[in-house]
Amino acid sequence: MRHRWDWSKEISGCGLAGLISRRGRKVSGEVPIRAIANLHDRGNGLGGGFAGYGIYPDYADHYALHTMYYSDQAQDLTEDLLRGHFSIAHSEFIPTRPTEGIGDAPNLWRYFATPRSTRSETEGEADTVMKTVMRVNDEIEGAYIFSSGKNMGAFKAVGFAEDIGRFYRLEEYEGYIWTAHGRFPTNTQAWWGGAHPFCLLDYSVVHNGEISSYGINRRYLEQFDYKCTLQTDTEVMVYLLDLLIRRHGLSIEMACEVLAPPFWKTIDRPDMDPEEAELLEALRITYAPATVNGPFAILFGHSRGLVGFNDRIKLRPMVAAEKDDMLFISSEEAAIHIMCESPDRVWTPQAGHPVIGWLDESVTS
Amino acid sequence: MRLATKSTVPGEFVQVVHHDRCIKCKRCVMGCGFNALEFTDRVMPGENPCVACHFCTDHCPQQCIQIHERPYAQAGHDVWSPAMQKRIVRQAESGGVLLSAMGNDRPWTVLWDNLLLDACQVTNPSIDPLREPMELRTYLGRKPERIEVETGPDGKPKLKTKIAPQLRISTPIIFAGMSLGSISLSAQKSLAMAAKKIGTLWNTGEGGLHEDLQDYADCAIVQCASGRFGVHEGYLRNSAAVEIKIGQGAKPGIGGHLPGRKVSSDIAGTRMIPIGSDALSPAPHHDIYSIEDLRQLIYALKEATEYEKPVGVKIAAVHNVGAIASGIVRAGADYVYLDGFRGGTGAAPTVIRDNVGIPVEIALAAVDERLRKDGIRHEASIICAGSIRSSADVAKAIALGADAVAIGTAALITLGCHVCQQCHTGNCSWGITSQRPELTRRLDPSVRAEMAANLLEGWTEELKEILGALGVNAVESLRGSRDRLRGVNLTKESLDVLGVKHAGE
Repeated sequence: MRHRWDWSKEISGCGLAGLISRRGRKVSGEVPIRAIANLHDRGNGLGGGFAGYGIYPDYADHYALHTMYYSDQAQDLTEDLLRGHFSIAHSEFIPTRPTEGIGDAPNLWRYFATPRSTRSETEGEADTVMKTVMRVNDEIEGAYIFSSGKNMGAFKAVGFAEDIGRFYRLEEYEGYIWTAHGRFPTNTQAWWGGAHPFCLLDYSVVHNGEISSYGINRRYLEQFDYKCTLQTDTEVMVYLLDLLIRRHGLSIEMACEVLAPPFWKTIDRPDMDPEEAELLEALRITYAPATVNGPFAILFGHSRGLVGFNDRIKLRPMVAAEKDDMLFISSEEAAIHIMCESPDRVWTPQAGHPVIGWLDESVTS
Repeated sequence: MRLATKSTVPGEFVQVVHHDRCIKCKRCVMGCGFNALEFTDRVMPGENPCVACHFCTDHCPQQCIQIHERPYAQAGHDVWSPAMQKRIVRQAESGGVLLSAMGNDRPWTVLWDNLLLDACQVTNPSIDPLREPMELRTYLGRKPERIEVETGPDGKPKLKTKIAPQLRISTPIIFAGMSLGSISLSAQKSLAMAAKKIGTLWNTGEGGLHEDLQDYADCAIVQCASGRFGVHEGYLRNSAAVEIKIGQGAKPGIGGHLPGRKVSSDIAGTRMIPIGSDALSPAPHHDIYSIEDLRQLIYALKEATEYEKPVGVKIAAVHNVGAIASGIVRAGADYVYLDGFRGGTGAAPTVIRDNVGIPVEIALAAVDERLRKDGIRHEASIICAGSIRSSADVAKAIALGADAVAIGTAALITLGCHVCQQCHTGNCSWGITSQRPELTRRLDPSVRAEMAANLLEGWTEELKEILGALGVNAVESLRGSRDRLRGVNLTKESLDVLGVKHAGE
């Protein structure tokens, strides 16, 4: 299926900002909007978006399917498919307000739904959701499910990020994790589906950089039934994380070792614990096609926390800060000071080493 | 019926000696393996035609000898070219099969030359390999689909998955299989020494492992081919890996024949056959008439090596190569070695060499794609061979999906080969493909090993530059990344099979 936006890969530079309250204290969507507004010049008005966690407490046990439709027919086909496989507790327009700078919007709709039955004994609920997302995005022309996790949601569009936040009325939402993204795509064709975050199930990724290994990452994922329909390099990042963490059972730290593996000279160091070296070597050779190469800084949101993560030679900026139970991560320190006036600690994370903010178990259970 | 012991077809080359500069040292006359020069009162073209191996020109202290194409004007005809006519005359005289050596010399399109590599500009930075780490280390062998981790008693994560044996090489370039017999012991030793120095692999071919090369067994792929020459327990167990040779790109479907006159005591001992007996490699393995038979041999070799060595399978690139490779991987092979139709040989029927098989670029793309579609790409590595001429070819092969490449002819050129394509005559003046002691002793492994190693080092440095320009710092990020290639002057069908876009797309 060819789309008018079916170029092979969208490349972009960007600004990132994110926060987490480890104790699960709710923060208004106003905060990430102001942070990303501070990074206005890192975007060029061709895309932006947000992801919030803990924003749907009333439907916390349902998958929140955020969907964009470019035609009524696309909506009809998608809803037929959803009704066939899901119990839909509630569906509605995603609330928006007319906003200067935000152009023609597709139909934005959200469904709070639960898979009715899985298709086989070995398939879990999450597999059904994943397959449904892949099927809609690949097979139904003009329909895209761009967010599909529980008690979380992504909001994205073409425009400047702060305008997008206002458009989606994010100040009316409260979450304990937020990520925000302002985009500077170097390809002038921009479309709503290609904006960040990229999401699958509870995983969301906002990304600054370009994935130079996109070609092999994508071919690798295709073997595991992931279809890269949004034609933007960041898409592979969220699918790789889903594959490694949910389907292959690796820890988040281990998944980060796969995406940005330690150099061989580190693994070979004589003071390296032999068992650790054996594990790292096995991860590198097994998951070689999952290595994400090229410049990146990402914020990776998930149901248990927030991860900030750089490529292994740090070709994109990333700064982190802490205050009490809060962790802030951004492309620039300036945006951190918008979110938090006087952080206890500000630091520049090391290349290839993730900064992880975990939610307390009381929040996730 | 053979009508003449000597062909009436005139030679293609003639030596021109500048007698005013010649000091009559006769080095050229003594050096020529083909008896193509003689000395009367001065150096003259000799009894046999010159083959342009250039041993004389390269060793003349006065640089007073040149090799020219022999003028032999014929009425121009694009169909009945002089080369075509000569073949017919030779067969009219002999009634036999024409033999050739090296690889296909016909002007088929070399697809590598229609593929161009990408580089970074602005949106992602290129990487300077002189400043940043640039990783080429490669592991050949079966990989698990996923890694399982368990927590040890100390609370640290530990590897639970058992990893199959791997061949760890420092650069994704290995030497191709060339048997003792097809090449000399000095030539084989040069490659073995170079492989050991660089941290890569050489390949015994199907002629066994000579006792003088035991020290290089741990970096040798040892072949088990249809003649089973030199295959014994120690041969299998001391190796780096075992390779079942089904076919060769230069002569798919054709066996081998090392004439008895080449079977010296060294070769006879290594191959475990009587001195002077013809060494015939049958066209098929007579215990492999189907894919299930291949599976039995793969597992017999794994049993014999106690599952400690990877077992690979080498095949010629033929039309249905994707399905064949898929079957080979499902039969248990740890790597598949694809040899394209331009691959080299010590001797092959010319008609086979020039007309059978498919380009390795196409075969590689088809096999990589097929294994991915079948979900078994991780189960075996792919080695690509058959006219890899430069580091650019290496990079393009990796981008199409190869784990590593093997080089044969390029390696021989480092040993002195001038691609005169006379390997099958046994007269190689450079001592590479001859077994005559007076010729082979002039090849000094200590010098030639350095030159072979230098080539690998040079290509490795160039690969690092290419990766840096591509903005990636590990070779696995180029492997199979076909979006880093663009085609020019290729048909849509070629681009589709290669999985590559046209330049500008």
